[in-house]
Amino acid sequence: MASHSEAIIREPLITGKDITYAQITNEVLLPVENKPNMAWWIGFALAVAGASLWVFSISWTFWYGIGEWGLNKTVGWAWDITGFVWWVGIGHAGTLISAVLLLFRQNWRNSINRSAEAMTIFAVVCAATYIFGHMGRPWLAYWTLPLPNQYGSLWVNWNSALMMDVFAISTYFSVSLVFWYTGLLPDIASIRDRATGLRRRIYSILSFGWTGSVKTWQRFETVSLILAGISTPLVLSVHTIVSFDFATSLEPGWHTTIFPPYFVAGAIFSGFAMVQTLLLIARKVLGLENYITMFHIESMNKIIMLTGSIVGVAYITEFFIAWYSGVEYEQYAFINRSTGPYWWAYWSMMTCNVITPQLFWFKKIRINIPLSWVLSIIVNIGMWFERFVIIVTSLHRDFIPSSWVMFYPTWTDVGIFVGSIGVFFTMFLLFIRVLPSVAMAEVKLLLKSSSEQAKKKLIDAGHLEPEAQADYIKALEKYDSVDLTQYQKA
Amino acid sequence: MSSTKFILGCFDDPDDLMHGIDNLQKNSIPIYDVYTPMPIHGIEAKLGVKESRLGYAAFCFGCLGATVIFSIVYYTLVHDWPMNIGGKPHFAMPDFVPFTFEWTILFTAFGMVATFFAATHLFPGRAPRVMDLRATDDRFVIAVDAKGNIPHDDITRLLKDAGAVEVKHNERKYVSYE
Repeated sequence: MASHSEAIIREPLITGKDITYAQITNEVLLPVENKPNMAWWIGFALAVAGASLWVFSISWTFWYGIGEWGLNKTVGWAWDITGFVWWVGIGHAGTLISAVLLLFRQNWRNSINRSAEAMTIFAVVCAATYIFGHMGRPWLAYWTLPLPNQYGSLWVNWNSALMMDVFAISTYFSVSLVFWYTGLLPDIASIRDRATGLRRRIYSILSFGWTGSVKTWQRFETVSLILAGISTPLVLSVHTIVSFDFATSLEPGWHTTIFPPYFVAGAIFSGFAMVQTLLLIARKVLGLENYITMFHIESMNKIIMLTGSIVGVAYITEFFIAWYSGVEYEQYAFINRSTGPYWWAYWSMMTCNVITPQLFWFKKIRINIPLSWVLSIIVNIGMWFERFVIIVTSLHRDFIPSSWVMFYPTWTDVGIFVGSIGVFFTMFLLFIRVLPSVAMAEVKLLLKSSSEQAKKKLIDAGHLEPEAQADYIKALEKYDSVDLTQYQKA
Repeated sequence: MSSTKFILGCFDDPDDLMHGIDNLQKNSIPIYDVYTPMPIHGIEAKLGVKESRLGYAAFCFGCLGATVIFSIVYYTLVHDWPMNIGGKPHFAMPDFVPFTFEWTILFTAFGMVATFFAATHLFPGRAPRVMDLRATDDRFVIAVDAKGNIPHDDITRLLKDAGAVEVKHNERKYVSYE
């Protein structure tokens, strides 16, 4: 029945020796079907406090105007666009995990894709709030759409990269939402069929009447695969287009062709770091260690290391090209970044994004949970600094020295940024309470092919040579749940 | 006369389910449907389910999206309100690319998913017509239409032989119909 034959010496994707299909449902739905614990309440209270700060700061902005932010005549974009690009970037890992890894048949995505996709949705919501906030007159946001109007032949400016952004972000958000929700249907049906009373009615509406018949599953898988196929270039296009906001200008430090791939790599880098930040906590608090295993954590750390290195190469390339171009403004922009008044931001970025992820070359660090968590947060901080450095250091000193100024954030800037993190966590914490944070149907698919117990069955059946078996047992040593004596007998 | 409407063979293992299908097919007993908590690959071929044509729908919707947005951009930027920016051509194709690309994907995604929902009769609030509540949890269920398929005991035996943990003789078609 298995969809593929998997090498027995591959690390299992589900640990635990006696896991059954029913147990997967029970364990994944534990936080959904029971009252939340104290840890959840504390986290939720903190997140709601943050979200309240956001509501206050953004209301303040709308009431008094953008003048409440620290922007000035030269630095017209600062924390808002920094926050926007940061959040959009974080969102990218979700689609990457659900789409790109699906296309490449990476089955380890099955345990983490649901949370990562949810993270995408919430991160893009946070990003969108910055766009609306920056508009100053958010009630006129519909002006960004090509709507017939009474101002004569007045249409949106299709030549503008910001217009491309409107289309890219709105498409990205809606397609991610559709992908996420379609994937949720079978799992919502599982909740529905176990629930009673009002909960059953609500989940019944949400489940669209899912039954799990053969034809439905077949079409469901076709839809998933095609959505993955179209979402993969979509992810690349979205951050490429976000980078056009800068790259199409003539501003020194922005006007570079390396921006699209560099932004995409940075997005994946920060996105995986955020997935790691969330899941390392979630797997412990929700008791999902058998599904989100050390193999998952290590794989994500490897991706962080790879994309961190790509980003590092991009930073160095930018410097080289500034020198090689012979353009004095460009050269000054980069010398100013590393030695000017914002040197601390630049070197924070370099330390967090280039040096720190290199620690993941050491396997001991890659499989160390507390260290992985700390490093993932450092990467998140570093990526925020990256956007800050690109935006503010380029703007604060451009062609004319008479316009040179410094940017200082106001409490409103800080409130909106810290608040958006609160908004994000509020949505994420609510999500894990009402919907399954692991894609149950997809994890069940792995039970017979890639789980620890399936592999043990193959060993027991004598499908491994003694030498290979010894290697396999050695490979399993790092899993807590494995009782090695059972394998010795096989 | 028996009031059984459907005979359900409930398995706890997908391989046993496959044996169950084989057993029934060997004895020329038609299978109404199979319900599982997860997709089972290879089952379509066994049951003779035709390949999904959603890919064609996706392609058509993609073409529609590309045409719609390209037409809008062309009409507004080139025809209705051509702006002279530095003497550059109005019909600036590279600027059309991001919009066309995004809406191709947007239409493909929404169109295909809508087609999927329509084809499988899924929509918000639809009463769940489930034959066995555990079919979305840990049971792999073969449903056999009891009408005309008698004797029922033979079907029960065939399912049990294949490893069914439970065989149900349901008097109602759907247990969760509300």
